[in-house]
Amino acid sequence: MQAATLAAHRFGYSETSLRGPGADPRAWVLAQFLPGAQTPFDASGLMDGAAALRLTGELLRGAAMPAAAASAPELRPSAQALTLRRANRAALQRRWQHIITTDTPVAERWVQFWANHCCVAATKGATRALVWPHENEAIRPHAFDRFSALLRASTLHPAMLLYLDNAQSMGPQSRAGLRRERGLNENLARELLELHTLGVNGGYSQADVTETARLLTGWTVRLQGGDGRASFQPALHQPGPKTVLGRRYPEGPEALDQLLQDLALHPATARHLAGKLALHFVSDTPPPALVDALARRWRESGGDLRQVAQALFEHPATWSAQNPPKLKRTEELLLSAHRQLKLPLGDRELDAGMQTLTALGQAPGRAPSPQGWPDRSEDWLSPDALLKRVQWAERFAQRHAQAADARALARLALGEDLGESTRLQIERAADGAQALALWLASPEFQRR
Amino acid sequence: MFFKPTMNPARRQLLQLLGASALLPTWSGLSLAAPGPAEAPRLVVIMLRGALDGLAAVPVPGDPAFATLRGELAPTGALPLDGFYALHPSLPTLARWYTEGQLLVLHALASPYRERSHFDAQQQLESGGPRPFALSTGWLGRALQATGQGGVALSPALPVALRGAEQASTWTPSRPGPADSEDLLARVQQLYAGDTALHAAWQQAMSQRDLGRMAGEGQSNGFAALAEQAGRFLAAERGPRLAWLESGGWDTHNQQNNRLARQLAGLDEGLAALRSALGSQWARSTVLVMTEFGRTARPNGSGGTDHGTGGVAWLAGGAVAGGRVLADWPGLGNRELLEGRDLRPSLDIRALQAALLQRQFGLGRAALEGGVLPDAPRALEGLWRA
Repeated sequence: MQAATLAAHRFGYSETSLRGPGADPRAWVLAQFLPGAQTPFDASGLMDGAAALRLTGELLRGAAMPAAAASAPELRPSAQALTLRRANRAALQRRWQHIITTDTPVAERWVQFWANHCCVAATKGATRALVWPHENEAIRPHAFDRFSALLRASTLHPAMLLYLDNAQSMGPQSRAGLRRERGLNENLARELLELHTLGVNGGYSQADVTETARLLTGWTVRLQGGDGRASFQPALHQPGPKTVLGRRYPEGPEALDQLLQDLALHPATARHLAGKLALHFVSDTPPPALVDALARRWRESGGDLRQVAQALFEHPATWSAQNPPKLKRTEELLLSAHRQLKLPLGDRELDAGMQTLTALGQAPGRAPSPQGWPDRSEDWLSPDALLKRVQWAERFAQRHAQAADARALARLALGEDLGESTRLQIERAADGAQALALWLASPEFQRR
Repeated sequence: MFFKPTMNPARRQLLQLLGASALLPTWSGLSLAAPGPAEAPRLVVIMLRGALDGLAAVPVPGDPAFATLRGELAPTGALPLDGFYALHPSLPTLARWYTEGQLLVLHALASPYRERSHFDAQQQLESGGPRPFALSTGWLGRALQATGQGGVALSPALPVALRGAEQASTWTPSRPGPADSEDLLARVQQLYAGDTALHAAWQQAMSQRDLGRMAGEGQSNGFAALAEQAGRFLAAERGPRLAWLESGGWDTHNQQNNRLARQLAGLDEGLAALRSALGSQWARSTVLVMTEFGRTARPNGSGGTDHGTGGVAWLAGGAVAGGRVLADWPGLGNRELLEGRDLRPSLDIRALQAALLQRQFGLGRAALEGGVLPDAPRALEGLWRA
């Protein structure tokens, strides 16, 4: 595959034309990571996390009051529930619109990688409207920053504290713990070590998880009656120093910054993230030399994400034509179709997109576990999923057949990388809609 | 080009039609998941992802430490089994099967995995390997492949457990929508001719698409609907003999009592639907319900439990020698708990897996050691009535 194809399709969200990446695709990609180069995300008018959380608190309090339920003439969504649903919808629409129109699609893929890495899902009542605020408030501002900054913003965002239960965790010997006979919840501590930093083989023990959970106590957010922001509550904090990975951390809120800093710079974290990045952007079997280079740049730069991105896109293995293409995840597939056809996302398309992704197993904001969406082709390729992708291609093409001539589209998008068989199938299609369906269903478009 | 029913005859007739169409060249070798003989045993494996709390699902009121240890998490209204063990009150169907002698409860069991990551534990349990990610194929997939059989997972993606079998497939209900254009589907067949992975997946999709139609696929996405569909697949004359189901939402770090009551009720309802759809095939069916590990024996600090070790599994079916609890009960005293926190496993789930592979696929010790389930302990005996 030519470098321009890799830049446009594998690293980005599928450009309309290979003229986008141009004669120097590597420069086109690297320029997207320069300071200030990214197309800014317009969050104006979107509900922020604090407001969403206050409304969620009201909603859950209302649901817990039997009197209110009994007086309601019928079961219907409360005003808060409707407002939150509208806020989610508006945020998703803005996010998708950004992805299909940004001038820096590879940088946006980078942002989305980190959002998925520090996954929060709307699968809990408390996080129902916090996934996009978390992405916009914790991930976007730090995706080109040091990893420790991103990790801190994500860990302490109300979305994460609620999603992984730290909001309810308290030190067994803390004032509140003693009074209420409550104690630790180690969910966030474990995923912080296992998923967000060191990796499952990162050399930590159960004792490290427990100590991390103790250290994290106090960091909470009030779901009801609070201001919607995370804070440190000394009454919940486990007294005394904690020891994680052999290092002692003092009692109090400062310990978390030190721990996150140490975890972010740990060689196991560098290795874990280097492998994960190479898997996502390059290949299901990442070239070892590339992983080594990324881990090295991570360590040398102190986890500077911009430098790690540069290392990734400067490395020859990243641009090797030998890496077999991956299957696009379904959200990538849907948004790349919109991007390529330059189709704006109106209400109807938003509804259709949400339905499509739900049917295809990637309901927006509802990742199945804290591990986020899986990232290997085999996780997305099954007979059932493939049939549904083809059915989607047909419906999508029937709605948008006027938008483009699939023959020209395929040629522009892939140039000489368009396979002869796909080209012929599109040429021989019965009509324009079928030609477009075949292009969207083709191996060239399904893969990246 | 592709088989398409033009009328709406009874299901049995449709299945016969499908059988006939399988003789056409287009269909050679494509019939869904290589049907086994009609009298072959049926196997349903249900994976509860997120780690079911075994001590909540199968409480042990007979253990002197139980009530104190569990505190707020000791269920009220548990359904007694034998005076020592009980079942969660949301499991009336399982309790009835136990009374009928068709449910075997296995307690204090675990895979050899001793860390506490969901993702690694699931991979190890499903792959049947000595360590997480040591094997990339699954214990059921390798057994299917070794015996040339097929199976179906009622999930959007093929689970690790079924990977490695050429004839393992997946199925979920299609979105209601405009009918597919048969012409387009035929063209897609050509489109994927040069892409090995897409081609193989497409072949399977086409064959089971029609079987799904035959069986009258349901509209609901709920677990009970999927379980019912699994039963229909296994009962069909030309259907597969192995089905995989999965269910999420078991990772109860908080509000465990409420959440588990809902979760277990959904599971119980699904099992009832499965049995009813299996009909007379229930007599030769075995259902395994398993999870990646147990949870902490004590409540955590927020009305839930954290990741633990020993847990439960259930084996149900018309031929299962049930009505008993199989466990070498380790006790719940402080000294008995693993690392002072988890139920100590005394039974290796691979001994159960080995027994299932022997019964379902007739695989002997040599085949298991030869790669289907390497390093497994001796298979448990006496799990089925002769």
